Amino acid sequence: MLRFILHRFLILIPTLFLISVISFFIIQLPPGDYLTTMTVQLQETGQAGSEEQLEGLRERYGLDKPFIVQYWMWISGVVQGDFGESFAYDKPVWDLLWDRVGLTMLISALSILLTWAIALPIGVYSATHQYKFLDYVFTFLGFIGMATPGFMIALLLMYFAQRQGLSVGGLFSDQYLDAPWSWGKFVDFLQHVWIPVLILGVASTAGLIRTVRANLLDQLEMPYVVTARAKGLPTWRLIMKYPFRLAINPIISTIGWMLPGLISGSVIVAEVLSLPTTGPLLLSALMNQDMFLAGSFVMILSTLTVIGTLISDILLAWVDPRIRFGGQRA
Amino acid sequence: MSLLAKQARKAAKDRTAEKRQVASQWRLMWWKFKDHKLAYVALYVVALFYLSAILCEFLAPNDPRKRNARRKYAPPQGIHLIHEGRLRWPFAYAVVRHRDPETLRLTYESDRSQPVPLRLLAKGDPYRLWGLIPLNRHLVGLGEGERLYLLGADKLGRDVFSRILYGGRVSLSIGFAGVMISLILGVTIGGISGFYGGAVDTVIQRSIEVIQSFPGIPLWLALSAAMPDAWPQTWRYFCMTVILAVIGWTGMARVVRGKILSLREEDYAMAAQVAGVREFRIIMRHLIPGFLSHLIVSVTIAIPGMILGETSLSFLGLGMRPPAISWGVLLSEAQNINAIALYPWLLFPAAFVIVVVLMFNFLGDGLRDAADPYKS
Repeated sequence: MLRFILHRFLILIPTLFLISVISFFIIQLPPGDYLTTMTVQLQETGQAGSEEQLEGLRERYGLDKPFIVQYWMWISGVVQGDFGESFAYDKPVWDLLWDRVGLTMLISALSILLTWAIALPIGVYSATHQYKFLDYVFTFLGFIGMATPGFMIALLLMYFAQRQGLSVGGLFSDQYLDAPWSWGKFVDFLQHVWIPVLILGVASTAGLIRTVRANLLDQLEMPYVVTARAKGLPTWRLIMKYPFRLAINPIISTIGWMLPGLISGSVIVAEVLSLPTTGPLLLSALMNQDMFLAGSFVMILSTLTVIGTLISDILLAWVDPRIRFGGQRA
Repeated sequence: MSLLAKQARKAAKDRTAEKRQVASQWRLMWWKFKDHKLAYVALYVVALFYLSAILCEFLAPNDPRKRNARRKYAPPQGIHLIHEGRLRWPFAYAVVRHRDPETLRLTYESDRSQPVPLRLLAKGDPYRLWGLIPLNRHLVGLGEGERLYLLGADKLGRDVFSRILYGGRVSLSIGFAGVMISLILGVTIGGISGFYGGAVDTVIQRSIEVIQSFPGIPLWLALSAAMPDAWPQTWRYFCMTVILAVIGWTGMARVVRGKILSLREEDYAMAAQVAGVREFRIIMRHLIPGFLSHLIVSVTIAIPGMILGETSLSFLGLGMRPPAISWGVLLSEAQNINAIALYPWLLFPAAFVIVVVLMFNFLGDGLRDAADPYKS
């Protein structure tokens, strides 16, 4: 087990290195840099930016240096926890990111919990009542849920909310926007947060129902289930005790890809619902060529993904010895 | 009599059993696929969508770019069959415009006394079919001077239905082209990885892991944001397909690699090698046909993701942009929540996207079951 974890950690290092190179490469892709954008903006507003000022910025961030040097300047900062400064906000990137990454993670975690809470009972019901009316209903809904991207659900939801005269969007009411955390703000937060959580949860819920149903159906055909039934074990106790525990293995293996999936999905949903999470900030950073901000975003999101995958791999190896030993042989 | 019928039925059953034994693999797959009713229907629906994308200029009743100040936000026009209690050739009522004197809002009403018959191959806005053949006939229309708004009009009085058909051409073809590029990348890279094995395989597999660990949408966003604003639409279009494919090929490469790893141990692959066939030819000619059906399944499953990718990116304003028409562009025009509340037909493109993706999912399900016809 220890060897397995160690092996996985060793792979992690080159992976993270490559991710950082690619992140940096991507944010360098657009022709020109932030200073070009700034010059244009200054010219449009009529203030010709002084050449010296621009030159100073260029030197400070090494914008005139080759790619490798710029990358080195950036990555050595990142390793020490300094992600550079956002050009557009004139603030350290980390200060901008901190809140938003936290909220994004919170919403994602809530969505995962909601997904499990809905998908597990429905999946078990569908498998034990295969080809009954409700099974068809759930299967149908599941397919639609998988086919509808989050931002469309968000649009539809906003349409219905608008007709009912409800306000949808944001995570806080206006009066709590900049207020410090208090009980009132917390309640207000709960009133707002369920919508994005629900929207984000739809697709993965639909997927998980399908998986749980298929796995449980496979297990229910096994001879050991027949034996247990023949011995007179009550149906529900039997299902909960053996096949169910095997059927929910995918929950563990899916944590890894659910997390990045949710974060990806939340970018667009957050933009539609105007949530103060990572999505809208990432978008504006990309559009403004605010490269330290955008790069750090891609970097952090990818790192979270890699860590998520690692955690689920380890958990899976822990519950399922077959993987553990397979991993050692390889 | 009944004995005869029974015998006839038994003979027919024997014949099909016999047919089953001598049928080719592809025929078996087709039979099995046809048993999956939902997938069978989905196949036709998907084919219909692609057909409508190919023929969109002819099928659309109007020019999707033509503005009409007199029909801003006009609601969908119904097609009726009964006028004053009598069954008639399908027709639409003429539309009358009112302006509310207080709110200044435009409202439209159909004039119940003026039925306008629907015409087949009606003369309408001139267009060039596939950009080549100049024509002015549309499949249906109300004749010259009258415009048919099946799904209503947008804020500039452009026909939503025509725009959806034209948008389908871009959105559906981006999905298809993106999958084709990722298929080529996947087969080449996965093939090399599986066939040579060893260090090459390790390097390729690790790189795939790195690429797969990128969260898809932020990477798509970053890459599309890198496209210069000044680029013409056709460039953006090609760039979008490449961006979508760059992330999509890894799954395909894994399928190819896994299959080649197992197939290259087969005797016939060895025989080909001994006979001195070049490696590339062995892969292309002898190994790939062995898992072609699995490849088709992967392709079918990958297309809806690509369509959604295009829609999402264009929705955010990073993919296709107006004046180009795609489903994502249409939806981004429907982003204004106040407009949607008053003019809900602006959301029709969403319905088209959902149906197409749903149908592709059904199709993929059926194909996956059929891909292995020897499994009971």
